This record gives sequence, structure tokens and C-alpha cells, in this order.
Amino acid sequence: MIEFDGLSKRFGVIDVLKDVTFTVPAHSLTAIVGTSGSGKSTLLRMVNRLVEPSAGMVRIDGRNIATIPPLELRRHIGYVIQNHGLFPHRTVVENIATVPQLLNWPRPRIAARVEELLALFQLDTGDLPNRYPHALSGGQQQRVGVARALAAAPNILLMDEPFGALDPIIRAKAQEDLKAIQARFGTTIVLVTHDVEEALYLGQQIAVMDQGRLLQHAPPAELLIQPATPFVEALIGAADKSFHLLSLTLLSAAVEPGTAEGPPLSAAVSLREALAALLWSRRTALPVINAQGEPIGRISLARLLRYAARPG
Amino acid sequence: MEQRFDRLGGVIALLLAAALASPFVTYRVNRIAAGTGKSLFAMGGAASGWQLLGLVLVLLLTIGLVLLRNGPWLRLGAAVAALGALGVALGEAATQLASSGSPYARIAPASGFWLAFFALLILLADAMVRLRLSPWARLAGVVLGAGVLALFLGSGVWRDLSVLKEYATRAGDFWREGATHLELALGSLALAILAGLPLGILVERVKPLRGPVLGVLNAVQTIPSIALFGMLIAPLAWLAARIPVLGVLGIAGIGIAPAFIALFFYSLLPMVANTLTGITQVSADVVDAARGMGLSRRQLFWQIELPLALPVILTGIRVVLVQNIGLATIAALIGGGGLGVFIFQGIGQTASDLILLGTIPTVVLALGAAVVMDALIAFSTRGRP
Repeated sequence: MIEFDGLSKRFGVIDVLKDVTFTVPAHSLTAIVGTSGSGKSTLLRMVNRLVEPSAGMVRIDGRNIATIPPLELRRHIGYVIQNHGLFPHRTVVENIATVPQLLNWPRPRIAARVEELLALFQLDTGDLPNRYPHALSGGQQQRVGVARALAAAPNILLMDEPFGALDPIIRAKAQEDLKAIQARFGTTIVLVTHDVEEALYLGQQIAVMDQGRLLQHAPPAELLIQPATPFVEALIGAADKSFHLLSLTLLSAAVEPGTAEGPPLSAAVSLREALAALLWSRRTALPVINAQGEPIGRISLARLLRYAARPG
Repeated sequence: MEQRFDRLGGVIALLLAAALASPFVTYRVNRIAAGTGKSLFAMGGAASGWQLLGLVLVLLLTIGLVLLRNGPWLRLGAAVAALGALGVALGEAATQLASSGSPYARIAPASGFWLAFFALLILLADAMVRLRLSPWARLAGVVLGAGVLALFLGSGVWRDLSVLKEYATRAGDFWREGATHLELALGSLALAILAGLPLGILVERVKPLRGPVLGVLNAVQTIPSIALFGMLIAPLAWLAARIPVLGVLGIAGIGIAPAFIALFFYSLLPMVANTLTGITQVSADVVDAARGMGLSRRQLFWQIELPLALPVILTGIRVVLVQNIGLATIAALIGGGGLGVFIFQGIGQTASDLILLGTIPTVVLALGAAVVMDALIAFSTRGRP
């Protein structure tokens, strides 16, 4: 659990952060979204004390981090940045081993951990482990960046626009992988992004920032249904609201009894994908199957439209 | 034919053809007399050794080869073979002419030899560049080149050449001045590294110092070398007179001290500027990631900034080293010794052979240093594009 408590930051005469208070629940992914200059990166960098607050404090599991030496704190928090910041003179393996080496792990333990991460991030094929960063694709570099941040198995992972430099297809895959990793290790992740779609897709909680202030901190659905300010509503994109809402719910939660004709849909897809399939196939209903391929009911256009509407 | 005309090859072929037509060696009745040129063909005939005919043949073959597009290995082989033939033929020509003339006669390489020599060097360098030799291969090349040179000098093939006759009467001086030369060039470099690295790091950390420090060092660079050598004489003489211990250490107004100090000052700017550039060009993302992962200030410097700046710093050292080897010749003017001694003596006596005795080793040293430093730079950039 990370608590931001009354955080302010002043650089010269400019207030970068103004009294920001909210709590990031443990084992969840919180996305901080805002335009550039909103103070979101500054807020993130306060968690590992790369930036010290002018007022207020950050607590991790109840402990004021100002009492933890910065180096020790940083070595136990994962840190991923937009352009990866891989060390160009070190191989993939050496990059990943950075923090365990700083923590003076014994060699065999470092080797075993690196091995494990290479496999987890599909970096263990061919000569990939011994390549230098410039010989990697953008997606591979990004995976090395995340693997390096997770090397010492931190409880907290800070990510500053981690997918910003990736092309759309690789970005979608990287986002999916991040969700899987978060689910698997239960890491508390704070992710800064300017991409609302990304925040809605990844965030279990979303903090919206503008000009150094926290405008709203809520789960994605609440953000869509009850935006706290016109700015939040504008940022989320009024025109796409229904579609965003649909993409937050899985089909399994909306299945109705009955049968229908046509190609079956997996219960694991989002309602947004289900709607697209219905529209594309020109049908008013489609059958739904579970992971084993057994029919579990159907989804109709009428039912989907109710999910897409403003509740109440 | 698929093979097209090679442009650089055309230039080399022209140079080689001109070399064949020009005097190969100069014959003088004594070391300061005017010389007469002797072309390869003029020395031909029944008396000429197979070496001279062989050289003509090898050069003609090389001309034919370079005009066409060939693989770099073939060109490298041709350059090495032709340089070897050139060396052997030079020795043979000298021996022949020496045996037929007076004992005071001087035989020196003439324009034909030098033209062929430089044309073949260009061919060699071009082939090496195209081969993209690994740093190890380049270092091996330097060792091999030095070995071949030593073989030529040691075997006595060239003993009748005028430069070696000058050497023979001054062997002791030659090695002493050579050692002084290296001491000046390498010693001032070492001191410049010791002072320039920390100074470069300091101006990187403390921005307000950058302008003044670089400004002063830049101003020093603009002082003509002879002037700087001269300007140091007075203050050093004054210091040596005031502080006796300096005199005991060999520091005086003239001699090696002012030369050493001048070279040191010239070396500082490249060292400081390259250290500064090397560190500032390390990507801000890399530094941010390193700090975010918990590297201390010291770890960041030793593990990240310094290794990433090293190629640029080594480039600075390369510049300084090559520059110092050349500039150290001027030390002779203020009694500092070094290979320049022979150059200035030669100028004074209008003895061109003596000038060459100082010049050739200086050029060879500078070239060797450049190749070795380039190999080191290549080592330090391993893994990077």
C-alpha cells in the first residue's frame, strides 16, 4: 500500500504538485493519467525519492519513506521508464542482473533469477541473452527494461510511460503481458501514462491529474459514469464513453440464458469485442461458450446496449 | 566484363606510373653536395640485380591489379608484396651505387621511391579499411609492421642508404634522443590524463566553471608552439633561480622542463573537452534508470558514466598522443632534446639525410600510436553500434 499524503512540490516559483492525497491499494495496478506538465511523473518519482516533496509525505505500508535511505528504498522498488534506459555497454543478462548485484546476492542466485526472468519474458531464445541493447527490437528492449525492474522481486513497480515508445501492436501485447505479470506476482504497480485507453485497460484504479492537482481517483467505471470535473470528462473522451464502459466488462458477466445461431463467442472477451462481433455478423444475438468450448448461453444486442448506457 | 574501373585504383596506378618514370634514388658525391637522380631503368642493364627488375615487374602488375575492382584481400596482398619489393630494391640500388662510387657518396631515396611508397600506403590503408579488421587484427598489423621494419634494418639490406649512414655515426645519440622524445610525448600525456580527467569531471559537475576553464585552455591552444616554448623560458629560469630544489630536479629555463610543460598545456584542452563531452553525451534516460535502480553517485560514475564516456576520452588521448609526438620535435629548439635535434642540426648543415633521421622515426611513431589508439577505442566501444 502506498499512501500519498498532502504532497506538494515547488520548483522555483512553479508549483508542480499541489496537495495531492490518495492511496494506492496493495497488489493492484493504479494508473496516473494526465496531460504533460500535470505533475504525474513528479508524483511517481517521489515514491523512490528521485524527487523529494516540498510538503507532505509518502508512506509505504505505513512507513514514511523519508526515513528510509534512498538507495536502499530504490533497490527494493522496480523502476521502468519510457525509453527503457538500458545500459548500452551491458548485455541483456548484465542489464537484468543490475539490482541483484547492487544487493550483493550470491552469484548462483543472480544467475538463477536472471534465467527465470529471461524465460518469463521470452528473452531466452538464441543469442538474445548475450546481445547488447542496440541489437534488440523495441519490444525486446521494453521487455528487458521490465525484467530488469523485476529482478529483485520488488513489491512495488513504478512505470513512467513504459509503452510510449512502442508501436500499437507490440504495445497491446506488452500491456497484456503486464496484466498477466501483475496477476501472477501480485506486484503493486503505479503506472504513469497520458493515454486514457491504456489507463482504462490496465488500471484497477485511475488517478486523473491536471496542473499539479488530483482531480479524481476512482475505478475506471466510476470515472466514466461520474467524472468529477469537466476536465476529467473531456480527457476520458465523451464520444467514446459507451465503448470504454463496454470494454471494462467481460462477456461472462453479461451472458443470458438461451441459444442463438452463428459463430460462438468466448466468454473471456470484453463486451466491446462482443458488440463488434454482433455488428459485423449482422445478427441480433450470438451463442457464448466457456473456456472448454461448451455453450453457456447467448448474448443479444439489446442486452449489450443496456450495458453501454449510463446506469440509473 | 562485370569488373568496373576503380577510381581510387586509377589514382594509385597514376602515382605508380609516375614513380616508375621518376628518379628512384639520388646519388651525391658527399652528404651536402647536390644530387643526381637515377631512375630504375637507368640502373638497369646487365649489372642490375634481379631485385630492381623484380620491382619494376611487381609495380606493373600492381598497376594492372588496382585498375580493376578486386577483393580487399587481393589488394592487401599486392600492397604488402609491392612494399616488400620496394624495400628490397631500395637497398639493392643503394648497394650497387655505393660499390661503384667514393666512400663519401650518399644514396638516398628519391621522388620515384617516395611516390611509389605513398601510393602503396594508400592502397594498403584502403584495403584495411574495406576489410573492417577487428581491433586485434589491427594491433597484430602494427606488431607485424614493426617486425618487418626491424628485419629490414637489422638485416643490413639498407646499410648503404644515406639515412642509415647518418645513423651509424650517431647511433648513441639517436637512441638517447629517441628516449627523450618518448619521455616528452608520453610523460606530458600521462600528466595531462592525470590532470585533465578530474578537471573534465569537475567542469561537468560544476557548470559555472565550464566557460572559464575551457576558455583558458582554448586560448592556450592558440599560442603558436614555438612561442609557448619560448614564453616558458623566463618564468622557469626565474623560479629555478629562486627555488634551488627545482634546479636539483633538473628544472631550468631551458632544457626539457619548458618543453614538457608546454606539451602538457597543449594536451589539457583535448583531455578536458573530451572527458566533458564523453560524460555529457551519456543518455539522460540511462542516468535516470541507473539512479532509479539505486546506484550510488559513485557507482553511477564508475559503472555507467565512465565506461560510456571512455571511447570519447580515448579519442582525446589519441589526439594528444599523436599531437605530442609531432610537437616534441620542437623541444630541440630550446635545448629539450628529442628527435627534433637531428632535424634542426640537419637544417643547420643543409644535410637532408640528417633531417630524415629525425623525421622518419617521428612519423613512424605517430602512425603506430594512431593505429594502436584506434584499436583501443574500438575495444572500448564493444557492443555498441
